Amino acid sequence: MKPLISRGALYVLPVALLTLIPLAVVLASFLQPQPEIWEHLAEFVLPEVLRNTLWLVLGVGAGVLLLGALLGWLTAVCEFPGRRFFAWALMLPLAMPAYVLAFVMVGLLDYTGPVQTFLRESFGEADWFPRIRSTGGVVLTLTLALYPYVYLMAREAFLSQGRRALEAAQTLGLTRRQAFWRVALPMARPWLAGGTMLALMETLADFGTVAIFNFDTFTTAIYKSWLALFNLPAAAQLASLLVLFVFVLAWLEAKSRGARRFHGKGGQGARIVLYGWPRWAAFGLCLTVLLVAFVIPALQLLQWGIKVWAEEVDARYWGFVWHSLLLALLAALFVAAGALLLTHFVRRFPDSVTQWLSRIAVLGYAVPGTVLAVGVFIPIAWLDDQLIAVVNALGGAETEVLKGTLAVMLLALAARFMAVGVQPVEAAMQRITRNQEDAARSLGVTGRALLWRLHLPMLRGGILSALLLVFVETMKEMPITLMTRPFGWDTLAVRIFEMTSEGMWEQAALPSLGIVLAGLVPVVILIRQTEK
Amino acid sequence: MALLEIDQLAVSYNGNPVVSGLALQLEEGEIGCLLGASGCGKTTVLRAVAGFEPVRGGTIRLAGATVGAPGRSVPPEQRRVGMVFQDYALFPHLDIAANVGFGLGKMNRAGRAERVRAMLALVGLEAMAQRYPHELSGGQQQRAALARALAPSPQLILLDEPFSNLDAELREKLAQDVRAILKAAGTTALLVTHDQHEAFAMADRVGVMHAGQIRQWSTPYDLYHRPMDRFVADFIGEGAWLAAEVNEAGEVTTELGVLNGIRCAEDATTRQLDVLIRPDDLVHDDTSPQKARVLARAFRGAEFLYTLALPSGQRLLSLVASHHNHRVGEEIGIRLETDHLISFSRQ
Repeated sequence: MKPLISRGALYVLPVALLTLIPLAVVLASFLQPQPEIWEHLAEFVLPEVLRNTLWLVLGVGAGVLLLGALLGWLTAVCEFPGRRFFAWALMLPLAMPAYVLAFVMVGLLDYTGPVQTFLRESFGEADWFPRIRSTGGVVLTLTLALYPYVYLMAREAFLSQGRRALEAAQTLGLTRRQAFWRVALPMARPWLAGGTMLALMETLADFGTVAIFNFDTFTTAIYKSWLALFNLPAAAQLASLLVLFVFVLAWLEAKSRGARRFHGKGGQGARIVLYGWPRWAAFGLCLTVLLVAFVIPALQLLQWGIKVWAEEVDARYWGFVWHSLLLALLAALFVAAGALLLTHFVRRFPDSVTQWLSRIAVLGYAVPGTVLAVGVFIPIAWLDDQLIAVVNALGGAETEVLKGTLAVMLLALAARFMAVGVQPVEAAMQRITRNQEDAARSLGVTGRALLWRLHLPMLRGGILSALLLVFVETMKEMPITLMTRPFGWDTLAVRIFEMTSEGMWEQAALPSLGIVLAGLVPVVILIRQTEK
Repeated sequence: MALLEIDQLAVSYNGNPVVSGLALQLEEGEIGCLLGASGCGKTTVLRAVAGFEPVRGGTIRLAGATVGAPGRSVPPEQRRVGMVFQDYALFPHLDIAANVGFGLGKMNRAGRAERVRAMLALVGLEAMAQRYPHELSGGQQQRAALARALAPSPQLILLDEPFSNLDAELREKLAQDVRAILKAAGTTALLVTHDQHEAFAMADRVGVMHAGQIRQWSTPYDLYHRPMDRFVADFIGEGAWLAAEVNEAGEVTTELGVLNGIRCAEDATTRQLDVLIRPDDLVHDDTSPQKARVLARAFRGAEFLYTLALPSGQRLLSLVASHHNHRVGEEIGIRLETDHLISFSRQ
């Protein structure tokens, strides 16, 4: 008889629990609603939060889909001036976290910002100028920050099948326009849907951007309930609602991934050369997006950074940098070890329980940081109470054991970014064939020796990618760090939050530059991979 | 005592029985081959012998010791069985010398280097020791995989479709090379393939497999000339079945007259027979009164393979030197030249 829990499952379980416990804690709070909390939430919080979230999802969804698909189509299939350059340059905004773009936008376009000031001085009162701190402003900012998700997917879809399929359709008597609507676009649908769902999951998880715009969504409401009103149960209730929304998106994304699996790589047809006004419209659009989403914000950050350099770069600033780097390194090592463990044992014990647990372990990528922070904090606080009793009984006088240590933050970060780490390691593992493992076994290399002599050397590249990606993601991460950091343990992202919440854009520029520079590393690697 | 003895072997894959009641014996130093179409279970047998698939019934014995039986399985790494995989499964992060030395962990450094050198010399890859697998040609990779499997001196080598990834022109040459290497090493080997030419070029004994069982286990010559059942007769080589009857005198008569030759069928009591006529049994002879019409022809360089129809509509195959160039529809003279008869009772 097979035991219910296999050996593989036992090894994988701890990694799965990282995600499973916070999720269970948060969802459990949904299952036992407390009427008085619900009444308060329903009356004062939910109406606005739900309305804002709805507009955000609709607006950003439509925005990234339209912009990403259009830019992907232009650079993958058409020919116009600067096409080669834009093809990779349009990925650059991936390096800039949405919250950085957000405060630069607000700083530039707000009433007191340089643009409106210039307009007023030149042409008198400029009340026609749209308010940037508005639903439209948030949607625009998030669209510009998140369109690359759809752009990358659309490009992949159109590059692999667009041109050849178009030519085939045209030989069957369709005009080019018909061929686009009836062949190229429907074929790319799983890619476009996948990219859009990823962008929307980021939107729901976003905390920094909406905080800067004072645009209340679930994430900011969770933050306020916990850290301003000290109402942890309310935060958990809100988190449980948000998780439900997010899992609908995650499910849709997984479905679109299934539809993408069976498309082979097609050959390359000739590019469509644009003439006349479309030629320059294409050029203009690409240039505008690149300028607004990356170049101008980056230059503005540089200008602000230089301005405040002398007063801002002191021991405290290096403290932020040190905290950011140390945290990112610890999280990267933690996640890479978890990812290696997961992939190794799933490979060695491919039973269904182990596989199922390994899938749970990577669910964190869909769960917003604010939710994970709540979900990790509640059980740790409970555990702390138990431990304190023990410590006190032993004669100690501690009031906190685990609470307020790096452990809480690391656990939440690891849960959030496990998928980021598992993906490259798993991809590398897939390149190790069953036969290579069987060959090793028949040559007497098994068990742990298999890990050291076959898996580790062959997974080296994947593990390095995992380290790098998790490192950068952790540096950019805001809500988990903000909500669970030990007292006084400020990172660059925390500094940005604190400065922007007081409207001090210039002081937020230097830490932002640090994060953007780190973010550029994986983007450059991505660009080199896709341009091969 | 045979080195490898398989008795009443049954193996399942995903709960479906793939192999059942399979038996074979391989003497020390012999090269055996399982021949069959894809899906007949031949690779499963190989994996069961290696220890990668659990045995559901029967036994696998290596040098007298039971290594596989239901609920009792010696793990692969303790069987002293080497395996050469279809895709070679070389380790891309190691050079060829390190690949060959991978299974020599228990030796000291000098002993290992010496053994690696000897193995590379055996397969003719001394010059490639520092190269990486992707820098080698397909045939070189295959020999490297063979050297890696031979290095720990296994008592048995298993080869899974060893030539399927190679160009057709290379295969026969390589099959002979590999046979020579195995014979030089004195190793017992079992390979599986779907290609008769490979099986015949490599093996001392060949087993024709169908639906998880061995239909006949004998030398290549006997498989072709003394098939034990209709399946093997159809599977090996080409030919056409000709209806025949045994007359009072005990002669085999057909519409082409009386067939001469040693009868090797066991079912001599029946009068209604089917006789297998191989293409080389039917000779083209312009002077023969027996005529047949050309239905189709396949040019094979030195020969034509003609598909012929007798006046009765009976179809036959004939291999004819290719300077006899006849058009489809033409009537040509034929004559049977049989040495022994492959005949079975009419079904």
